[in-house]
Amino acid sequence: MTGDIIEKDSPKDEAAARGAVAAVDPRLLVREEGLKGYLLEFWRKLRGGDLGSLPVVVGLAAIWAVFQWRDDAFLSPKNLSDLSILIVGTGLISVGVVFVLLLGEIDLSVGSLSGLAAAIVAVLSVNHGVPEWLAVLAALGAGAVLGALHGVFFAKIGVPAFVVTLAGLLAWEGLKQQVLGTTGSISMDEDGFVASLTSHYFSQVAAAYGAAGLAVAGYFLAQFLDARRRRAAGIPFRPMADILVRTGVLAVLLLAAAWKLNEYMGLPLALVIFVVVLVLFDFVLRRTPYGRKVLALGGNVEAARRAGINVDLVRISVFALSGLMAACGGLIIASRITSAAQSAGTGTLLMEAIAAAVIGGTSLFGGRGSVWSALLGMLVIGSIASGMALLGIATSVQNMITGGVLLAAVVIDSVSRRTQRSAGRG
Amino acid sequence: MPNEPVLALRGISKRFGAVQALTEVHLEVHAGEVVALVGDNGAGKSTLVKTIAGVGPADGGVIEWCGRPVQVNRPHDAQELGIATVYQDLALCDNLDVVGNLFLGREIRRAGVLDEIEMERRSRELLHTLSIRIPSVRIPVAALSGGQRQTVAIARSMLGEPRLVILDEPTAALGVEQTAQVLDLVERLRERGLAVILISHNMADVKAVADTVAVLRLGRNNGTFDVASTSQEEIVSAITGATDNAVTRRRARTAEVGR
Ligand SMILES: Nc1ncnc2c1ncn2[C@@H]1O[C@H](COP(=O)(O)OP(=O)(O)OP(=O)(O)O)[C@@H](O)[C@H]1O
Ligand SMILES: [Mg+2]
Repeated sequence: MTGDIIEKDSPKDEAAARGAVAAVDPRLLVREEGLKGYLLEFWRKLRGGDLGSLPVVVGLAAIWAVFQWRDDAFLSPKNLSDLSILIVGTGLISVGVVFVLLLGEIDLSVGSLSGLAAAIVAVLSVNHGVPEWLAVLAALGAGAVLGALHGVFFAKIGVPAFVVTLAGLLAWEGLKQQVLGTTGSISMDEDGFVASLTSHYFSQVAAAYGAAGLAVAGYFLAQFLDARRRRAAGIPFRPMADILVRTGVLAVLLLAAAWKLNEYMGLPLALVIFVVVLVLFDFVLRRTPYGRKVLALGGNVEAARRAGINVDLVRISVFALSGLMAACGGLIIASRITSAAQSAGTGTLLMEAIAAAVIGGTSLFGGRGSVWSALLGMLVIGSIASGMALLGIATSVQNMITGGVLLAAVVIDSVSRRTQRSAGRG
Repeated sequence: MPNEPVLALRGISKRFGAVQALTEVHLEVHAGEVVALVGDNGAGKSTLVKTIAGVGPADGGVIEWCGRPVQVNRPHDAQELGIATVYQDLALCDNLDVVGNLFLGREIRRAGVLDEIEMERRSRELLHTLSIRIPSVRIPVAALSGGQRQTVAIARSMLGEPRLVILDEPTAALGVEQTAQVLDLVERLRERGLAVILISHNMADVKAVADTVAVLRLGRNNGTFDVASTSQEEIVSAITGATDNAVTRRRARTAEVGR
């Protein structure tokens, strides 16, 4: 199929092609073998403004070091375990936000939608006696449908996403209050399904280690098979040493986490949910045609349209996904406090969800980013919150610091975009 | 004519607000024929291309494909027919790498998942056969030079099995060698029996590869010429709409100075 037109080249063309191979462009970016090659490539990426997740990882390490220095309870098993549950609710919302940001758009309604989802579950299960799992499905469905509604107004009618979702922010906040009624706050079953989402731990020692081992083995296998197929196809592949080093680093990180979690109460169910969602959506974004369409739209809408991509459909689906993930996050947050209150989904929740995606390295300008930025960003925000709480610093100061971190992240994003521009097209 | 045209445009009109960009335009392209579409800036060439490619459908007129009237309302329709287009503005996604751009909208799948390895292998093969030199097929298109971007856009149109290739000023940003390569490529497409529409402002290029020249002027047909039997002056005067035009005046002036 490929190269059908050019398959049977005339001798003249073959000669030209051979000439091109013989005269290899001296500027070709071939990576040297070994450590030196790595460092060189790394340096080249930095120079080109391709910082990836480096700033956030460095920042996170610094934050952890400072808090641990001020109070050695910070890296205690209990605190880290609590942190790993604390970040899940907002983190799930942030996964949806990442997709919207990849389009170069924004969704301001996720906070309200998450609160609405919590209200729906509480009212259905507590006031109307609907089984909790059914109530959860209804809430998730509502999130997806309302998100899709934003998408329709944005894609089909052309209202800026900013305004549509701002309207959503107000409207769904009002709807949540209607749903909750005058009672204000509805307590849910302490032993119910929703409550167990954040209260359940897999307390067997083998569980955390087993999950870590499974993840490491899965990563290694995926990398190994990929390299083998690449080698067979005659295209550049990752050398074995490289794969082993990466797998090793991952193994150390995951086993350390498993050890810490086992020191406390074991592997939290909420963390498992979060990681599964991250892996799943990372796969969708990087490995499926759908994810490629989302990225293409973020890069150049007109090019995507001319390539035959159904732009409207992708846009609507991304906003539906954002609504769905907002509802998921809302349920986890409700689960932690086992109730749905008038205050659900308000306050800094929306800003934190968006900030996490940006701090984690997803560009506000669309087309660049990763699902994992939801985790990295939430780790930063959650660590600041948890560390400050340990040190007894007021929320007001906490907000100012998180604001500063967000600003720093956006500055890095803008600067790296500028550097990429100037390092890119001449 | 015994062989019917692959593509025939009959009375295509298009208007943008107060601007009548195209008025009753006719155009025919046969298999194995290179038609050069020429005209001054703003003559409506790119607009015509977009009506064929389904990007900006015409307001009036008929598009015939192999003698049969067809509706081309979406880019997808044009792709289905076998029309591949290199746009003047290239239409590449800066954030995607070369492979991603080449296969955009027609990704190779393996069990529903992107087959990156097969796409990369085919991309390398394609770029190799086209003698296109690019640092790596895995760098974002944003990091390529203007000419390299243009070659990527051209390579993109060669994927799949097009029957008509439309090139809107494909050599505008290319160096001498790359320009020659693109002209070679156009000739190869003709040899393979494809129909080609080539838009260019370079009369030398047009004379070199085209069989027929169709002139657009202010959104209307202004003559169709057989390249072999027409002089460059005749084409230029059709483009500008007068035998006394800036090009002939300038030539006369420089001739005097030279004397
Ligand atoms: N999207 C648009 N909206 C409004 N007017 C447009 C649009 N696209 C083109 N036009 C107008 O249509 C006319 C033809 O434009 P077109 O781009 O087809 O010219 P062209 O022949 O390709 O010129 P060039 O050689 O500069 O590429 C111009 O007057 C232009 O202003
Ligand atoms: Mg044009």
